[in-house]
Amino acid sequence: MKIAVLSDIHSNLEALLACLDHARRQGAEQYVFLGDLLGYGADPLACLEVIAPMVGAGAPAVRGNHEEAVLGGLCENLELVARDAIYWTRKQLRQPERDFIQGLPMVANKDNAFYVHASAASPERWTYIDNAVAAAKCMDASGTPLTFVGHVHHQSLYYTSGHGAAQIFNPVIGAAIPVSPHRRWLAIAGSVGQPRDGNTAAAYLLHDQQRESLTFFRVPYDYLSAARKIRAAGLPERLARRLETGN
Amino acid sequence: MDLTNLHPGSEVDGFRVGEKIHEGGMAALYRVEREGGEFPMLMKVPRLEFGSHPSCYVGFEVEQMILETLTGPHVPRWVTRGSLEDTPYLVMEYVEGRSLHEYAESAPLPAEEAARLVAALATAVHDLHRQEVIHLDIKPANALYRPDGRAVLVDFGLARHGHFPDLVEEEFHKPVGTSAYISPEQVMGNRDNPRSDLFALGVILYQLCTGRLPFGEPTTLGGFRRRLFLDPVPPRVWVPGLPGWMQEIILHCLEIEAGKRYATAAQVAFDLTHPNDVPLSGRAARLKRAGLPVIVRRWWRSLRTKPGMSAVPTAHLAQAPQILVAFDPGSGQEELRREILAAVRRATVADANCRIMCATVLEPDISTEQETGHELVNSLYTQRLVELHHWAAELHLPAHRLRFHVLEGTDAAATLVEYARQNHVDQIIMGARGSSALRRILGSVSARVVAEAPCTVTVVRPPRSHQ
Repeated sequence: MKIAVLSDIHSNLEALLACLDHARRQGAEQYVFLGDLLGYGADPLACLEVIAPMVGAGAPAVRGNHEEAVLGGLCENLELVARDAIYWTRKQLRQPERDFIQGLPMVANKDNAFYVHASAASPERWTYIDNAVAAAKCMDASGTPLTFVGHVHHQSLYYTSGHGAAQIFNPVIGAAIPVSPHRRWLAIAGSVGQPRDGNTAAAYLLHDQQRESLTFFRVPYDYLSAARKIRAAGLPERLARRLETGN
Repeated sequence: MDLTNLHPGSEVDGFRVGEKIHEGGMAALYRVEREGGEFPMLMKVPRLEFGSHPSCYVGFEVEQMILETLTGPHVPRWVTRGSLEDTPYLVMEYVEGRSLHEYAESAPLPAEEAARLVAALATAVHDLHRQEVIHLDIKPANALYRPDGRAVLVDFGLARHGHFPDLVEEEFHKPVGTSAYISPEQVMGNRDNPRSDLFALGVILYQLCTGRLPFGEPTTLGGFRRRLFLDPVPPRVWVPGLPGWMQEIILHCLEIEAGKRYATAAQVAFDLTHPNDVPLSGRAARLKRAGLPVIVRRWWRSLRTKPGMSAVPTAHLAQAPQILVAFDPGSGQEELRREILAAVRRATVADANCRIMCATVLEPDISTEQETGHELVNSLYTQRLVELHHWAAELHLPAHRLRFHVLEGTDAAATLVEYARQNHVDQIIMGARGSSALRRILGSVSARVVAEAPCTVTVVRPPRSHQ
């Protein structure tokens, strides 16, 4: 079974559809959503219309910090532009969407894989995994050979060595990397809807259970339309620029 | 299931175990059979019991990761693997044939014999590099020869795949490999340079030609490090009759700085199969090691330099393509000649390590049994060669980046395609029209080459024919 892992969609419908289409052509049969479905982008309802039925049909999905923010509170932890987007998003959502978000668990565990938005070590603290120590803590806490996270918008792969320390590997796009179940692996899926590494293409990864491999992908999508919608919705200009520059 | 003590007749996941072929420190090898198996197979069972060396485990994991991705005649065919948790084993093709180790035992061998063996090995190495893998433990015991002469590389426990995390590097933090064969950069802990495999080819050539190992078999880090500044005794010191081309190739492979070695294994294979075309530099005649000042300078540098990152194998190869330029230099089509020159120039600018093979096809239609016929062919051959050299002089490339060949064949297209296949050519650049004589007989040579070549083909047209 091939599982497409999508994270940080951030209400970007164009990027979401491009990734789903790409994954389908790669033979994906199952989908996992690692949180931050909402925030930043102009299409929260349309994205949920696509995602909710898939989750209803059994696709695992977890809650991200942007979902947490949409549900209530003052969002002091978020930057100003993110906060503006959250306030705007709250106004778009109706009760069914709120119920769906309310129902998202913090973590999911399926077939020896652990799914969480930020880190398996204290998921509710939204820790960024941006170094080997944080990665090692996360791998320790998950208890499964494979852990998938989002939150950090860069794709990378951590693994444990014989000494127990975590090592980082920068994946080559499109190359299947064997991940033996004998080690611990932590895959950071990258962001579908708001890449930040100077590359405008959407990011996701594919987990091939049978071949025990992970493949990281970048998918070009119509970011100009997504940015135009952000401007039309009156969301901060910075969020539109981000999609156009990938930064 | 306990695999530590398999005996003939026992069965593992549908494989019937035969005789034990080898029992080493790292793994045991058994012949195995399976219902409907199309080729002989062997099962490799690692020694993973308590107290075994950690490299057994990592080596096994790495070999499994990498061998599974490899295809072609130069590696054992992959069959399957057991689960790493309870039944760790690999099943692969059992390659029937002699190992290079057996040949090495009767060294010194004649240069031609050594060239034949290592050319086949270099072809296998090039095929491996094209599949994104650096072997990093090439030695006679890891090279087998199929009955048809093709070489097969085995044991990928220390290998490196350009797209995978390097599990070996993070595990050891010290040089790994076989002390007699590892390259200076491997001693420095660098495991991502395809040219490390070419250094091992040089050690093997040296060993086959002289019966000696150029750096001995050191066991201490200090002993390993000596190759960072001390070059080997030139092989002709041991074997005075060794041809200059062979010493040239050996010392070219054994250059201390990876960047000064051959760019690709394909180039090594080419030179070993075309010894008369190897331009001889100072290496060929050398009878002494470098002097003390040079050694001190290298030693000083070796203390200060940190190994740099190099490109993944296929990216490295992409910068060092073999380009075959096929045309008839004497056809008098000046515009076409200039246009081909321009196309080749662009290629040499884009890929700084490319090698240009200039070739033309000579029809042996005038060869007869008579003396005069032979002389005529010889003089035509020489004339074509002179013309190729004259044409290439305008490229202003150093001699080691150029090769010249007058091929013989009645079917020009087939001759070029076969030459390209044999010599790992990455791109063919040729004129839209062959010589007028050939064109009359065969129709368009270039169209057939485009259809049949194993690589990219660029067909050049002079500007006027665009209209």
